[in-house]
Amino acid sequence: MNKQSNTYTIIYVVVLVVIVGAALAFASMSLKSRQQANEDNDRRRQILASVNITPAEDRIQAEFDKYIVSQIVINEKGDSIGSDAFGISIAAESKVATDKRQLPLFVCSIDGTTKYIIPLYGAGLWGPIWGYLALNEDGSTIYGAYFGHQGETPGLGAEITKDAFRNQFTGKSLFKNGQFEPVVVVKKGQKPAGDEDYVDGVAGGTITSKGVSAMLGDCLKPYKTYLENLRNK
Amino acid sequence: MAEKQTNKSVIFNPLSKDNPVIVQILGICSSLAVTAKLEPAIVMGISVIAVLAFSNVIISLLRNTIPTNIRIIVQLVVVAGLVVVVNQLLLAYAYDVAKQLSVFIGLIITNCILMGRLEAFAMANRPWPSFLDGIGNGLGYALILVIVGFFRELLGSGTLLGFQVIPQWCYEHGYVNNGLMILPPMALIVVACIIWVHRSINKDLQEQ
Repeated sequence: MNKQSNTYTIIYVVVLVVIVGAALAFASMSLKSRQQANEDNDRRRQILASVNITPAEDRIQAEFDKYIVSQIVINEKGDSIGSDAFGISIAAESKVATDKRQLPLFVCSIDGTTKYIIPLYGAGLWGPIWGYLALNEDGSTIYGAYFGHQGETPGLGAEITKDAFRNQFTGKSLFKNGQFEPVVVVKKGQKPAGDEDYVDGVAGGTITSKGVSAMLGDCLKPYKTYLENLRNK
Repeated sequence: MAEKQTNKSVIFNPLSKDNPVIVQILGICSSLAVTAKLEPAIVMGISVIAVLAFSNVIISLLRNTIPTNIRIIVQLVVVAGLVVVVNQLLLAYAYDVAKQLSVFIGLIITNCILMGRLEAFAMANRPWPSFLDGIGNGLGYALILVIVGFFRELLGSGTLLGFQVIPQWCYEHGYVNNGLMILPPMALIVVACIIWVHRSINKDLQEQ
């Protein structure tokens, strides 16, 4: 057979690609459950990181069960509509209209005080960014924040994951004089005088910083009613 | 291949005299990127050994059937497939390291060492020597990665594999970790130092 003929070449490529494709599909399917478990564990770690708890790898599940005392899913009106907050894909929900969104909320108990953890999801410069924002019992003061990203530039946009950036959020409040105003990220030095609820963006990471700001606005607004109810309790 | 190499030389030559990184200067890019800590360097080394050995064997088995026109494409498909499998395995069994290495596992595909060995060795040799050649070159690459990773983590963070090795009293007496070691430029300088030492030992590598 002529191994240099076009027919041979085409058949060779087709067979090769089918075999490799099948092998990859098999590998992907047989490892799926383990990868999913790892991913879930990583999400638990991130949720705990927003309340400044950083357990060792093998303790994540135990610490999560210990601190996260309940999970609720609410709708925009603030009514509880479910309890499997962890099972909700925030990436998918963020594409739904706000009045139809399922809003997950993690209730965390640390040293006798209650914290509410809200998942966030938005867009950075190169890809998705996400985070978890922990609020105090009053539903307004921020207790802690965690941010993650998929592919922001190291040293620039990727700095949002650093403590220096996320710690700025601690102590800021979402309600100002009874008005709901999520924290805004601005360029350094552009904080309006006398207004506390602004956070310095990352130098060289303007679009990522704006993304964080937009994410906070988009993801927190639907929780407004629920948080107001918490405040008035 | 001008002369027939023995199996022993096939596996041991790449460790020193024919080292892909410090003699052939291939795969420098990834050796900068993953060597800030020892652990990712080791995992990266193992991944490259695995991909290189198996792609060498597969290409060697196929070498008489591959149409010449598309041999590079066939090599790429095989390497890419193996790299994806390695990435999937890491995501399943070493999630943290996989996240740290992230894009660099995928970039094994573009590592010059792989295509170089496939083209230069596996296409012309039987599977067993090809397997040894893959292991040998992978080890040569991993060896340099581990040496660089060792010095960068030790001097840059004072730890090895995450364990503190520089005792606390050193810090109390004014010792400071060298933050520059963590940054990419120092990887180049460490690699250059290894090349320097290596060439002064092996005089026959020096140009006249």
